[in-house]
Formats: sequence, C-alpha cells, structure tokens
Amino acid sequence: MRAQSLSHLFSHQVIALAGVLLINWMVFPGFFDVTWKDGRLFGSLIDVINRGAPVAILAIGMTPIIATRGVDLSVGAVMAVAGAVAATFTVAGHPLVVTLAAALAVAIACGLWNGLLIAFLGIQPFVATLVLMVAGRGLAQLITEGSIVTFSDPALIFIGTGSLLGLPMPAVIALLLMLGAHLFVRRTAMGLFIEAIGTNRSAATYTGLRSRSLILAIYAFGGFCAGVAGIIAAADIRGADANNAGLWLELDAILAVVIGGTSLLGGRFSIPLSVLGAIIIQAMNTGILVSGFPPEFNLIVKAGVIMIILILQSARLGEIVAAIRTKNPLGRKTP
Amino acid sequence: MNARYRPLMATTLIFIVAYALCVSQYPGMWSTRVLGNFLTDNAFLGVAAVGATFVIISGGIDLSVGAVIGLTGVVTAILITRLGLHPLVVFPLVLALAALFGAVMGAVIHFLRVPPFIVTLAGMFLARGLASVLTQDSIPIDHEFYRTVSSLYIKLPGGGRLSAIGLTMLAVFAIFGLVAHKTRFGSYVYAIGGNPVSAALMGVPTGRTTVAIYALSSFLGGLSGIIYSLYTSAGYPLAAVGIELDSIAAVVIGGTLLTGGYGFIFGTLIGVMLQGLVQTFIVFDGTLSSWWTKIAIGFLLFMFILLQNLVFNRQNGPAHLRKGPA
Amino acid sequence: MTNDQRAVLQATGITKTFGSHAALKNVDIAFQAGEVHALLGENGAGKSTLIKILTGAYSLDQGTIRLDGEEVSFATPLQAQALGIGTVYQEVNLLPNMTVMDNLYIGRQPRRFGLVDRKRMEREARAVLSGYGLDIDVRADLSTFSVAVQQIVAIARAVALSGKVLILDEPTASLDAAEVEKLFDIVRRLKARGLAIVFITHFLDQVFALSDRVTVLRNGQLIGTRAISDINRTEVVKMMLGKDLALHHGEILAEESEVGETLVSLRDYGLKGRVEPINLDIHRGEVIGVAGLLGSGRTEMARLLFGIDTADSGRIAVDGRDATIRSPRDAVALGFGFCPEDRKLDGIFGDLSVRENIVMAMQARLGWFRALTRDEQMEIAGNYIEALDIRTASAELPVKLLSGGNQQKVILARWLATDPRFLILDEPTRGIDVGAHAEIVRVISRLREDGLALVVISSELDEVVSYSSRVVVMRDRAIAAELHGADINVARIVETIASHHAEAEQ
Repeated sequence: MRAQSLSHLFSHQVIALAGVLLINWMVFPGFFDVTWKDGRLFGSLIDVINRGAPVAILAIGMTPIIATRGVDLSVGAVMAVAGAVAATFTVAGHPLVVTLAAALAVAIACGLWNGLLIAFLGIQPFVATLVLMVAGRGLAQLITEGSIVTFSDPALIFIGTGSLLGLPMPAVIALLLMLGAHLFVRRTAMGLFIEAIGTNRSAATYTGLRSRSLILAIYAFGGFCAGVAGIIAAADIRGADANNAGLWLELDAILAVVIGGTSLLGGRFSIPLSVLGAIIIQAMNTGILVSGFPPEFNLIVKAGVIMIILILQSARLGEIVAAIRTKNPLGRKTP
Repeated sequence: MNARYRPLMATTLIFIVAYALCVSQYPGMWSTRVLGNFLTDNAFLGVAAVGATFVIISGGIDLSVGAVIGLTGVVTAILITRLGLHPLVVFPLVLALAALFGAVMGAVIHFLRVPPFIVTLAGMFLARGLASVLTQDSIPIDHEFYRTVSSLYIKLPGGGRLSAIGLTMLAVFAIFGLVAHKTRFGSYVYAIGGNPVSAALMGVPTGRTTVAIYALSSFLGGLSGIIYSLYTSAGYPLAAVGIELDSIAAVVIGGTLLTGGYGFIFGTLIGVMLQGLVQTFIVFDGTLSSWWTKIAIGFLLFMFILLQNLVFNRQNGPAHLRKGPA
Repeated sequence: MTNDQRAVLQATGITKTFGSHAALKNVDIAFQAGEVHALLGENGAGKSTLIKILTGAYSLDQGTIRLDGEEVSFATPLQAQALGIGTVYQEVNLLPNMTVMDNLYIGRQPRRFGLVDRKRMEREARAVLSGYGLDIDVRADLSTFSVAVQQIVAIARAVALSGKVLILDEPTASLDAAEVEKLFDIVRRLKARGLAIVFITHFLDQVFALSDRVTVLRNGQLIGTRAISDINRTEVVKMMLGKDLALHHGEILAEESEVGETLVSLRDYGLKGRVEPINLDIHRGEVIGVAGLLGSGRTEMARLLFGIDTADSGRIAVDGRDATIRSPRDAVALGFGFCPEDRKLDGIFGDLSVRENIVMAMQARLGWFRALTRDEQMEIAGNYIEALDIRTASAELPVKLLSGGNQQKVILARWLATDPRFLILDEPTRGIDVGAHAEIVRVISRLREDGLALVVISSELDEVVSYSSRVVVMRDRAIAAELHGADINVARIVETIASHHAEAEQ
C-alpha cells in the first residue's frame, strides 16, 4: 500500500539520519547546541542544513530524472556555468533580477540540451550528459575568461550567506524548492507520469503518454536546479570558480537520491526523501569534521555508504544467498 | 567498407587535417621535438585510456581511474621515500594492489549486477579518500632510480626526444592492441559489449572476463600513476583529477562505441594525440586560454556520439524501441 | 511412456510450475536421430518452457531427461550444449558486432603462440560454411548479413558444438520464401547426417513440408505425437486449438443486422512486411472476432490500428472522416483503446497501484496540468473495481500483486475510464483462470450492447464464436476470410485457418 510503503521508507531514512546525528553527538557533545546571534541561528545542526543545501537542491532536480531511469552527470558543471553567468552579469552592473534570470536561463538551456539528446536522439542518459560534464567547465571558464570573478553585490551575496527567519538562505531556498517541486509533481499529473515512464516505458507509450516532452521537461528542471545551486555556491564564496564550483556534487546528488529510496532502475520517487538523503550525507560530512577526523575520511565513508546501499538494494544478493543455500551439484542429476 | 572502421577513419582524418592546419599556422609544430613532447606529456593519459578502451568496449565505464592514479602515486611515493624500498620492488606491489582493487569492482558489477558507473564511482571516492588520508600534500620522490629513468630518452632525428615514459605508453598501446584484437580474452571483451546474454549462451566466461576487464583497467590506472609519479617526481593525492573524463573522451573520439561492442585500441591513441594537439596548439597560440581544450574536447565528444548514434542506430533500429535494462 | 530405444533425446513426465501456474504437466516427448520433429502449440501452450528445460535454461520440477539412453540434467545451456543439444533462436542469439568467423569460433578460436590464428580461423570458417552452401566473407561483421545468413551461421555453430540434437525455435519467422527453402535444404541435409531436429514454427505449410512427426502441446499438456503421414492440417489445427468439431455448432449471439453505423473504415490499410493491405469496416455495437494462428498477422493488425506501427499504405477513416494515426496518442485521441497481448511487458505498471493503473489513460488524455484529485481517482478506480469485479484487497495494492485475470480487468478499466468508442483486445483471456475468463467474455458482450465497437483477437475459438458478430480469419499476414452468420462456428474457422493457398495449385 502506498501510504504504508512510504511511511516504511520514511522510517528508514529518518532512522539513518537519527543514527548519524546520534553518532555525531557522541563524538562531539556540542553537536545539538543551537544559539541565536545577530538575528540568526548558529550551531552544527544549522551548519548541516546550510552546507547540505546545494546538494539537496541538486537532488531535487535529480530525483525525477533517476525516477525515469535516467541520470544527469552534468549538474556539477552546469553549477559552474550558472555561477559564472551570475558573477559576470553582476560585475557588469546588471540588476539582481536580470542576473538571476540570465544564470537560470543558461542553466535551463543546458538541461534542455541534455533532454534533447536523450528524448529525441535516443542517446543513453549517462552518455548524453557526459558531453556537458566534460565541456561545461570549459564553457564556465570561457564566460569568466579563466579567472575567478569576484563580486560584492550584497543582494547576490545574501542568497548564499544571508538568513531569513533565523535560517540560512540556502536552506530556505532548498526548503521552498523542495516544497514547490513536491507540490507541483503531486498536484499535477507529472508525478504519476514520471513514475509510469520509469516503471514501464512501453506501457506508458501504449497508454498514450507523451514520454518525450516529459523527459525533456525533467532534464530542463534538472538544469534549473543546478542553476539555483550554482548561484548559491557562487554567492557563498562571493565569486565564480569555474574549476571547483560543484565539483563532484553530481555524485553526491545521485547518492542523495539513492539514499532517499529512489531506485536507479526508475519508478517510485520522493523529492522530500531525496532532500533527507542530502541532509544525511551532509550530517556525515559535518560529523567527520566536528569529531576531528580529517575531511578526507568523507570520501571513504561515502564510498562505503554507496556500496552498502547498492548491495542491499541488489535483488541479486538474495538470489546468490538462496543459490548458495540450495547449492545443487552440477551435471549429473541427484535423485 | 566495413561500417565499424568509419569512426576510426573519421578520427584519423580529423587528426591529420587538424595537425596540418596547426602546422600551416605554426610551422614550429612540425618537428620531432613537439611530437616527442606529445608522447611524454600524454603518457599517463594514454595508458589510462587503454584501460578505459577495454572497459568501454565491454559496455561498461570506469570512473575510478583518476583516483587510482592518485592513490598509486601516493603509495609509491610513501613506500619509496618513507620505507626506503627500491622503486623496482614497489612497482609490482602497487600494480598488484591496483589490479586487485579493480577486480573487486568488477566482481561487484558482475555478481551483484550493480551499474558500473555507480560501482566505479564508489571506487573513485574510496581511492581518493585513501590517498588523501595517507597524505594531504605532494610527496616529492628523490631517488636515484627516478632521476635515471626521467633522463632516459631516445634521440629522434630532428632533435626530438622519445622519453622512457613516452616509450612505455607506446609499448602499452602495442601490447594491449594485441590483447584486444588477437587473443581470446580480447574477443570475449567485444562479445560482452555486443550482447552479454548471447555471449554467456555462447560459452564466454562473462564473470571471469568482467572481473579481468576492471582489474586490467585499474592495473593500467596503477601503471599510469607510476608514470605520473615519474613525470612529476612526486606523489600527490589529487593528481589526475578528472582524467577519467579525458580518457573516456579519448576513447570515444578514437572511434569506440560508448555503448560497447565496437572499438579500437589504436583509435584511442589518436584520441589521446588529438587532445594533446589541442593543448599544444593552445600553448603555441599563447593568446587562447587552456579552457578551450575542454570545450574542444566536449565538442569532439558530442560530434562522435552523434556520429555513432547515426551510424549504429540506423543499423539497429531506433533506440527507444530497444528494451531498457531489466 | 515406455523407453523409446531409437530416441536420442527423451523427456518423460516433465512438469514445471511457476508460482501457482503449471506451465508443463507431465509431458512426454522423444526425438529420434534422423527426424525432423515439429513442436506445435499456441502461446502459453508450454513450447518455450519445454525448450528451455531441454536446453538447460530452466530446471525441471519433476521428470527425467535421457540423452542416448542415459539420464542427464543440465544446470546451464552451456552444459546442454556440451552434451550435444544445440539451439538456434528466432532472435538470433549471436553477436552482431563481431565477425562471422568470431561468431563461429568464439571460445574455441584456433591459436598459435597464444594468439588467435585468424588466418586459420578464416580458412576453417570458410570450409564449414561452404558445407552449408554459404560463400561469404567471414571477416565481415555478422550484422552486415541478412537474418537468413545469420540463421545459417547460428545453425553451423550449434551443429559444430553439439551435433546430436538441433532445436530450431521459429527459424523462419522473418525469412522470405526463397530463404525458407534454402534453410529447409540445410535442415534436410542435417537430418540425413543423423541429427535429431526439433522444429518450432507457426506455419502449418512448413510443418507439412519439412517434418516427419509432429507433437502438439496445449495449456501445458501433451495433446499427442503423430507421424505427419497419418494426419492432415485440419486435425493439427484441432489439436492445437483443442476443438472437437462435432460438439460445437455455431451459436450466434449477435446478429449482424443489430449493428450500428460504421465507426472505423480501413481501405488497403497495411504495412509492408507486417500486414498486407486490409479492407474492413468496423461498426458501433459490433464485435469483430479475429482468429488465426500465431504469426498470422493478427497482432500486427492490432498494432497498426492503434498506431504503435505506422501504416505505409491505404487510408483509415473514423466516423467517415479521414484520420491519421501515427502514435498510440493519436489513436487514444480518436477514442481508441488497446489491451496488448503481453500484459506484463506492455500493459501494466507493475509497481504502481491499481488506482494509478486505472486512471492512467484518462489522465494521459487530460494532460499534465488538469490532474485528477486523489478523491476523483479513488472514485473512478472504485467504480471500475466494482463494475468489473476486480479482486484486490485495496485500490492501493501494486498491480503486479494481482492475478493475471484481474490485471487484465485493470487494463480494461483503464480504457473504459476514457469512455472509448473502439476497443482492440489482443488475447484478453490468455493465461487467466476460468472464472475471470468467463467474466471478461461477459464484459465484452456487455460493451457491445452499450454500443462500443470491438476487435477481439483470440485463439480460444469457442470464445470467439460466442461473442463475435463477424469473424475475420487471418493467415499469412492477410485477411483470409470473413465469416458471417451461420458460418461463425468453430469447425468453419478451423477449416479456414487450415486451408492454404497451395491447395488451388494442387
């Protein structure tokens, strides 16, 4: 049952998050301390949702993509492109609205490009998005002319470092985007269609669904989310770093979606759970930092988490275990 | 003519035309000196790309190779400088470790049926993480053997130098070209890339072969790491970041089908050389910035993916009618 | 069954069950050296399960397999292959990306100094293929050759590796007449060499042209094995469709005069290589039953009508106006609905709930933004669950957990929710239990009474007779006959299916 299976999944991710937070608290007793200073909240917990916001935003865009059996490897590079556009526009003196619109438009165009290759040319998603993954950073550098473009427009910087109602802006944006995307896919028929295409593409075609335009729209939305994340990342460091902005974040985003319970083989998805997945990843990152381990351990822990989840998800594991249990000698038949 | 040679011909033609154009603008690029540097500067990329060719022909992908280069470099540096082992003792050791690393990834891919890109992604995190935990900084390798090898070269007519590592890359291409096209193992790689179900039905040991393919890729990643450490005389955990993309691009530009089944080791050499040519041209030009490399590579990658799509989808029917992964 | 001394491969008491569905029930079959043994049966008869057991792809639940009199069991196709049982599938299971000689020799390429000796391989491959009357460049990719050549390469490989039993699974499905003749020559030559050849096909002409004996399966049971000289075409069709002609006389429920005005009109509507041009008028309040064996073009016609394949000749008019149907979406917009033959592959969204499955087509028609609310969805789903008596614990259950019959009703409900004018049902009762079977037949009759136009494809002839206003019999990718009134009876249909154009010449 749907309600049941969702709550079932939900408990998994919540327990995982609680577990990670508990471990964090044990190694660093001050982990849950939250203080109010200068009109905003401070503390490790707040840091988790603040630092986790870019990956959470990417995960919001990645979720429908993975739910249709796709993947977008270019989101990290698109972040760099969007950041570069935002930085150059604001440095050129354009108002904030124009800057944001330009950055997001370019990001959406990148997503449309991926979607075109996948939906209309029938190229495999990971192959199609590899093109922008390779070329995207070059484009970003082309825009910034190879240097790190720094800016000082307070309105733009506010997006990365400001706060609203005590909460950091990136977290607020992520939360709003999550709610908006979730309501949108569930209040329209998008969610149903995405799950239909991811579950059985052939049956979807037989039912008269417009699979191609939907896939195009999904990748465009993925580009949009990457654009938002790219603007935040740029605003956070007050500059566009074409080389390092969003580096490897596509992988974190995929991981977040997988932790959120969406299968790489498509089908059912939940945007809020993907966001929770992103928070879990960030909680591990932060936990490793506050407990005094070098941040490099992050990568190892992430690798471990990916493998554990994939092995648990692998239907094949059960088959192998079953096969070993009832191992039948090959060749001649046993009576 | 056989359709499978078309992308390779296209690449070769593009390389010749591009080189001719470069030479027409900068006659200085027509020298054995430039060619020699080509080989030396791209040796580590070439060796890694050979491994990627095998993986991609088999229908897989290996995103961990850059991380393996970094990890191998760091381990090599530590074993030589901190433990005082001789490089010739260290090399087989790290190569064996690298191969084992790849074998484990191959086993997970085959036996647990997890998509290769996600397994090798985990492998990438693991290898980079391990390397960064071992050291954060570049470890310089100051060893007699390294100095000797670095200074070894064959003098080419016209003043160019074919360095030891450049020569190693050429040897790797020759040896593994033979493995790909002239051994049973090589034919198994193509068979799995063509259709793993048919291949298994025809008696191809798909499990053993898949494990061997990823072991080979990581082994060559390890060799590439050693070459990188010779090239830079250091081990650095963040060495060769993003090289997996460059090597995939080289493989695809070299005429190998990204979805597997078709490809040539020699094509990959051209793919690597083409990337080197773009870089060299930018150096010669002096006004263009290095980011053009990435854009040019991305553009070539796109053109070849499009070309493959046209050539092979016409043969096999529209992609959207084919069945997706079960 | 007693031990057949001449049998190379003998299977006794073969039983195989998938879940609660018995795919094979106590089947005995024996193949002799030097015979071509045709294996016949409609979809779901158990042919492919039997073949998979004989080739080691499936394990058996009960029964024994003897090869040359000795009991064997294979865990994998490779073991069966090594023991002498080779198989060639319809979808050639070779490697199109590799050369012909690689395909012949992969896994056992001749080597010199550890490297593959391609010169020798080429020589040997040429020699082997010339034995099959094939003189081709063995260094070229397999994909550059026709399916016929690929078939022969597959046969050459299977014979070289196995050499006792050769199973040909629908080898002629995509070959033209000349290619079929060539293939038959090869099969006869192999037969003369003493191989036991198992031949699976849907074409009765070919069965009678090539086989020595024929075995018919139906619903997982052995119907019988006969020498081809002791049996005629009508008897074979009867065995396949399970009809005792004496018992069934036409009992026509629907009078043609009752039908309404023309809804869909086809004029020379066809697709080269799939369906010969069709002329057919489909009226409101009418069920057109489509009979014909597998491969007769019946499913292909349905796909054409629904826009899954696009016609390349002729016209289609709906309500007297010319229409263009290039995709299922176009067909749905015209008020068509289609329940495909393969429910699991093309019909249901397995992981989605019964509710979502039912509202899907309606929602697809409404578009992205005019979403049905959950309450509306619940109401629609609830209505159809009740109307069609869909047995499910809840509308929220994933549809994959339902039985086949209930899944079929869900797909039917999906179309009914769109308020269609014309429904195409391809084998709506295949593989579902008796109770659900009867219900679906009832639903078809009720929909006709409601004024819908229906095209129902079925190999259950009793069923076709019971609900059809007209019966279209298909053969060789074309409409062979249209039966009206008193002609709508099982005997007449069987006769029409069994007759063949060659008769005229003889």
